[in-house]
Amino acid sequence: MSVLIFLDQADGQIRKSSIEAACYGAKVADQLEVGAEAIVLGSVTDDLTLLGKYGIKKVHTVKNPSLDQLDAQVFTKLIAETAIASGATVIVFSNNLTGKAVAPGLSVRLIAGLVSGAIALPDTTNGFVVKKNVFSGKAFANVAINTPVKIISLNPNSYPITTGDGIAEVAEFASAVDAAKVQVTAINKVAGEVPLTEAEIVVSGGRGLKGPENWALVTDLAKLLGAATACSRPVADINWRPHHEHVGQTGIAIAPNLYFAIGISGAIQHLAGVNRSKTIVVINKDPEAPFFKAADYGIVGDAFEVMPKIIEAVKKMKRVD
Amino acid sequence: MKILVCISKTPDTTAKITFADNNTKFAGDGVQWIINPYDEWYALVRAIELKEADNTSTIHLLTIGAPDCDPIIRKALALGGDEAIRVNADSHDSYYIASQIAAVAKPGGYDLIFTGKETIDYNGSSIGGMVAEMLDLPYISLASKFSLEGGHAVIVREIEGGEETCKVQLPVVVSCQKGMAEQRIPNMKGIMGARGKPLKVVEPVAAEALTSIASFDLPPAKAGVKLVSADHPEELVRLLHEEAKVI
Ligand SMILES: Cc1cc2nc3c(=O)[nH]c(=O)nc-3n(C[C@H](O)[C@H](O)[C@H](O)COP(=O)(O)OP(=O)(O)OC[C@H]3O[C@@H](n4cnc5c(N)ncnc54)[C@H](O)[C@@H]3O)c2cc1C
Ligand SMILES: Nc1ncnc2c1ncn2[C@@H]1O[C@H](COP(=O)(O)O)[C@@H](O)[C@H]1O
Repeated sequence: MSVLIFLDQADGQIRKSSIEAACYGAKVADQLEVGAEAIVLGSVTDDLTLLGKYGIKKVHTVKNPSLDQLDAQVFTKLIAETAIASGATVIVFSNNLTGKAVAPGLSVRLIAGLVSGAIALPDTTNGFVVKKNVFSGKAFANVAINTPVKIISLNPNSYPITTGDGIAEVAEFASAVDAAKVQVTAINKVAGEVPLTEAEIVVSGGRGLKGPENWALVTDLAKLLGAATACSRPVADINWRPHHEHVGQTGIAIAPNLYFAIGISGAIQHLAGVNRSKTIVVINKDPEAPFFKAADYGIVGDAFEVMPKIIEAVKKMKRVD
Repeated sequence: MKILVCISKTPDTTAKITFADNNTKFAGDGVQWIINPYDEWYALVRAIELKEADNTSTIHLLTIGAPDCDPIIRKALALGGDEAIRVNADSHDSYYIASQIAAVAKPGGYDLIFTGKETIDYNGSSIGGMVAEMLDLPYISLASKFSLEGGHAVIVREIEGGEETCKVQLPVVVSCQKGMAEQRIPNMKGIMGARGKPLKVVEPVAAEALTSIASFDLPPAKAGVKLVSADHPEELVRLLHEEAKVI
């Protein structure tokens, strides 16, 4: 028996959200007193034996380079075969874009109940109950999985990465790789930016910034803090910022350690995408802006006056450290 | 071209979220219900645009739900679509719902099955992928653009760190998000026309539910905002560094 963790890779390296899934899966394996194993598809360059430090005992790889591109059917088949071969009773994914594409199909193939968007370890005192986000972060549901094999898809930034000692055994999993029905013809990656869902700090701007020419107030602070940038929906709709930065109920949902909101009113649909952030800072000139109710820290003031001073103070702090 | 659009009903985005029956049920009384935004704005509108480009196409709308879904599916029909099917079952288990969708889709011979990216209440983001596997069809998740070229679909989908364009033979299951289409408002003609369109109610097939909701919780209330004077923004930086320890 085992817990099997699917680790997805980008350009040969295991993603941070997958490392979180590995640490989570290793902890679930401890709870169930079984071993934690992982599966990696495609041409990885990372030294996979090092996954041992996250608690992984064994890594199954299928190195076929056609697996560098995502085809949900091909991935599902390989993960299902590995899960059966390693006697997995729990399979863990990151609920990132790859996880969302693959975990549902695996649930059908193995007739294994799936909880997607998990935010805590399963409670195994009475059955197998996993806490997940529902109502776009406005509530949680405790969901019981009632099948012998269980699948959990863990929300990014909800489980800490911890390291210990250990070296993982790496084994090539011999299986025929089906021809992909999905043919990727172009890839457009946003180079050099911190991916929004993986970022620990996110700096975000709203309509209060008046126009795209003022965005240095957001991007300068983001650069200093190693943060990703985001925006409210109207800002993306009027093309001040790219669509992939739009957070909220109809955009991306994030849960960084720090969310820094500048000139955003805090409409309920915006909050739905950011309310799981651990610390929220709001800069808004209107003391009645609803965002202050959801904030941990705030300044009631004009962003055009306040932000340059904040940026200066951060620069100073970085120099002192 | 036969297109199936999966439609679900969700509480309005501003609805207050509270629970009843010892926190085991969403308290739906007095809540305004809407079509799940991803299903309406993106999946359905893109399907309508495809039909506008090729009027030999037919669009079927499918919802799995109790009779209280009828106003929602009628509203969807007012936007477009030829007929609607409601499978008369009430469940929050994705596998059960997907089984019902697959049971309708299999004999239906659809070239395209569209779902939304996720429901904004249960946030599963899973039903499209499940339906695809049940029907042994390719699945493209989180599509932001969709076009047809001969017997192929050309789709832009979101991947980690960017997007990619892919080509796939029909039939295919696609989950739709922002970018696919622009939101539309139903007009009077559509609303009147929807009354004459068929809404078939069918009974569910036997299917398992693999999960069940044991209870709901609300997040703990925030302690309240700590305000820093606009004259001393550097104090905020100090607090974030020394107190919250996030920078
Ligand atoms: C179904 C539905 C789904 C939606 N989904 C989303 C979503 O996913 N994400 C999203 O963001 N929105 C979403 N919305 C829109 C949402 O309701 C709000 O309209 C939107 O979030 C407002 O954006 P904003 O705060 O940038 O702009 P505004 O509401 O215009 O707020 C601007 C803020 O900036 C402040 N301000 C102005 N000047 C300054 C200054 N000089 N210094 C400091 N502060 C200043 C103002 O006081 C105000 O609070 C959705 C709406 C609907 C109906
Ligand atoms: N009860 C339902 N009836 C029909 N389609 C549904 C239902 N629930 C979900 N869907 C479809 O599946 C998509 C994803 O839902 P989910 O996996 O629950 O987040 C939705 O956007 C709908 O298109």
